[in-house]
Amino acid sequence: MEVLDLARWQFGITTVYHFLMVPLTIGLSLLVACMQTAWVRTGDRRYYAMTKFWGKLLLINFAMGVVTGIVQEFQFGLTWSAYSRFVGDVFGAPLAMEGLVAFFVESTFLGLWIFGWDRLPKKVHLACVWAFSLATIASAYFILAANSWMQHPVGVELVDGRARLTSIWAVLTNNTVLAAFPHTIFGAFMVAAAFLVAIAAWHLWRKSDEEPVWRSSLKLGTWVGVVAFAGVAVTGDFQGKLMFEQQPMKMAAAEALCHTEQPASFSVFAIGDLTRSDCESVKNVTVPALLSFLAHNDFTSEVKGIDELVPLYQEKYGTNYPVDPQLGELSGKPIDYVPVLPVTYWGFRLMIGFGGISVATGVLALWLTRGGRVPRGRWFPIAALASVATPFLANSAGWIFTEMGRQPFVVVPNPSGVDGVWMFTARAVSSSTVGEVLTSLISLTLVYGVLAVVEGFLIRRYVRAGVAGVLPPAPPPDAEKTDALAFAY
Amino acid sequence: METLWFCVIALLWLGYFFLEGFDFGVGMLLPVLGRDEKERRVMINTIGPVWDGNEVWLIVAIGATFAAFPGWYASLISTVYLPVLVFLLALIGRGVAFEYRGKVDSARWRARWDKAIVVCSWLAPLTVGLLITSTVLGLPIDAAGNRVGSPFASLRWDTLLGAAAITGYALVHGAVFTALKTEGDIRVRARALALRIAPFALLPLLVLLLVVQVRSGSVWTWGAAILVALAAFAAMARLALGREGQAFALMGLTIVAAITALFGALYPNVLPSTLDPAFSLTVANAASSPYTLTVITWVAAFGTPAVLVYQGWTYWVFRKRIGTRHIPPVHVPSS
Ligand code: HDD
Ligand code: HEM
Ligand code: HEM
Repeated sequence: MEVLDLARWQFGITTVYHFLMVPLTIGLSLLVACMQTAWVRTGDRRYYAMTKFWGKLLLINFAMGVVTGIVQEFQFGLTWSAYSRFVGDVFGAPLAMEGLVAFFVESTFLGLWIFGWDRLPKKVHLACVWAFSLATIASAYFILAANSWMQHPVGVELVDGRARLTSIWAVLTNNTVLAAFPHTIFGAFMVAAAFLVAIAAWHLWRKSDEEPVWRSSLKLGTWVGVVAFAGVAVTGDFQGKLMFEQQPMKMAAAEALCHTEQPASFSVFAIGDLTRSDCESVKNVTVPALLSFLAHNDFTSEVKGIDELVPLYQEKYGTNYPVDPQLGELSGKPIDYVPVLPVTYWGFRLMIGFGGISVATGVLALWLTRGGRVPRGRWFPIAALASVATPFLANSAGWIFTEMGRQPFVVVPNPSGVDGVWMFTARAVSSSTVGEVLTSLISLTLVYGVLAVVEGFLIRRYVRAGVAGVLPPAPPPDAEKTDALAFAY
Repeated sequence: METLWFCVIALLWLGYFFLEGFDFGVGMLLPVLGRDEKERRVMINTIGPVWDGNEVWLIVAIGATFAAFPGWYASLISTVYLPVLVFLLALIGRGVAFEYRGKVDSARWRARWDKAIVVCSWLAPLTVGLLITSTVLGLPIDAAGNRVGSPFASLRWDTLLGAAAITGYALVHGAVFTALKTEGDIRVRARALALRIAPFALLPLLVLLLVVQVRSGSVWTWGAAILVALAAFAAMARLALGREGQAFALMGLTIVAAITALFGALYPNVLPSTLDPAFSLTVANAASSPYTLTVITWVAAFGTPAVLVYQGWTYWVFRKRIGTRHIPPVHVPSS
């Protein structure tokens, strides 16, 4: 094992883990803000119960989002210090903005929201949850701007072997982030929507108390899910077109498209060995000309395949790594410009497929419970609960595809301009020892594993208890007024 | 401009140690001052609404270092790798423990999380103290900013002294804070404890400052170092008279002066090399481009005042003292 491999595993594991919490926090916080708004405007107790119940699940999840996020903030220094030095001038700015503009608001107003139920006027308290949820969205924007810059560097020049920022505006309005941000936010809403759908459907099936709460939640979840799916599809199509321009190899890898095709067909499903030894991957179910359309809005255009792209990359960025001890085993070796095909190919399909399953479940559940019906049979709750996992998987698959698809680069060269600002992943790692990285990889993975069990356990408990678990029993009418706080840890 | 950002980063660390300092202290003292379940809940609730906001000072300090001095960020964190790892694990443990402790009504469950709070609240200031003093005292880095030596190269007597200094400060600060924010029996005990431990707990900080001053102090940092001693003494004197608010403010002045003295002695370096002064990272050679610094200056100029206003407002909203009578009965789902 080399430091490079360990560092990649560590980054991948911790980031994907962080991104299990993130979309739920983003989606749910906005929905909870809407629920509370509905309550403040109508005074309907149902919306109050919804705010409390979904708000509690949000908090359980949020704590994990925060602690795993702090690790992220240090990771670029821990294992990617060469990368940090190379891109710091550009990359640090959005990170610092995220902290100053988003995280401070997020954490402070969340504290006010949790503990402020009885201390703040109703409207001010409502404003706190909105401040919190809008800040989560702002934080997503800044971090995605940073990530998109790695996929498509803009607004920089190369000075003394480092990227130097020339326009922050260009970085913040990079067309890559303008596409990735709505896509990721819609993806986050799919997660929150599936969460609502599954839990509400299960309570309806169980005939739990507070039926109106579950009916409203199910309806809200289904509609949000449908709209969000349309959103990911539209923005995803847009991202795809950018990707053909900016990272042609990634798109070829996503399709396992070995040879240039004109018009190119879109592979829905492939059986066979995708590990490139014979580039003749077995594409058996294809939609003719669809890929051409996805790439260029034109059913007849040409799409370049891996065979043709590799020599282009070799010509521009070299055929071999330089001889340098920092590169370890890779020193002087030929550069492999093709990402791991099974991962990119299936990552792309699983993203779309899991997303589709999750929406379909929501629509089905809404249909089965229409007009006050209660579906019978054991398969219904099982299917509903299993569907919670699907948008999470879709999100992880999307990220794994995006990040693995840009290998062997950590900063992908911009094909139309910005000379010299790119970096091989192998170049990016710290000079840490294998022992150090192995220690952190193992300990973080173990701790994250334990915490996943704890969070799952708590969420399950609160989910099962339903509304009664979050609303304290009404005090007896003759009770004395106490000094007790409305909420305390 | 580089100097401005050096000061901003010092300010962010200062905010962090002042605010999270008492969070840590409250966590460290949980089993000492909180004699029963209700009292422990009182203590945790004094910091409940604010600990996360306090932690963001750290996140922004690190983010700002990355943006303004990428070389500093990269070399410091990769060199002090293992202590940073322990620090992160401790922050994970604390954050989750505060949030999850009260979510199951079982004595065993709570006892486990209490243990996590205490252990993590000790480990966190120890490791972050080590991190910050190693940047002040220097690390064995080569011309490229990479560490020379073993993963434990940052563990020396002087950096360990720094770890003790920050931890001791947090301990006293937490006791004073508890005295300020609670009522009844626990308040009295917190006050007595602070007075009893202060002479020992604050000693490492004073010794650390002395060491730093002797090595690289200037006249005005001597002034700051002396101010630390005076402020700490005055804090305890006011506390003895029962003026907790003033004592807390003076503890604040103590850390203001201490960070000023430390960063003042560090300037114009940001990370001295203990191998060869020529390898040291300085505000000049580790900084980002003037353009980047201008950008983040604008952000900070608008962002920071807003943060101070709304965080100040939070402390105002939750200004009341908490006592056992305020603690509501446990209401959680039964299994
Ligand atoms: C698309 C959104 C997104 C992405 C790609 C990331 N995060 Fe994140 N992060 C959030 C969206 C988010 C959030 C929604 O704002 C969180 C999640 C839960 C939460 O508490 O806030 C958060 C929390 C969070 C925190 C704790 C904030 C606090 O204390 O309130 C830090 C320090 C980071 N993140 C840092 C990072 C870094 C360095 C990332 C890059 C690898 C990263 N996050 C990826
Ligand atoms: C701003 C946000 C992000 C940045 C700056 C970022 C940066 C990086 C870096 C530096 C690496 C290591 C180099 C490499 O192995 O490619 C990496 C790898 C990876 N990242 Fe991201 N990432 C971000 C967001 C995410 C998110 C949110 C996820 C998913 C949840 C993710 C998933 C991965 C995965 C799976 C890898 C491993 C890829 C591999 O080993 O080939 N990334 N990313
Ligand atoms: C309907 C079809 C969808 C299409 C056409 C689509 C398209 C894409 C494309 C092309 C990318 C890669 C962007 C790049 O690397 O530059 C991507 C990334 C991603 N997708 Fe999708 N996607 C779809 C559905 C979904 C669903 C349902 C989810 C989650 C619920 C999702 C979550 C993500 C995430 C998290 C990323 C990585 C972040 C980013 O680059 O925005 N996608 N998607």
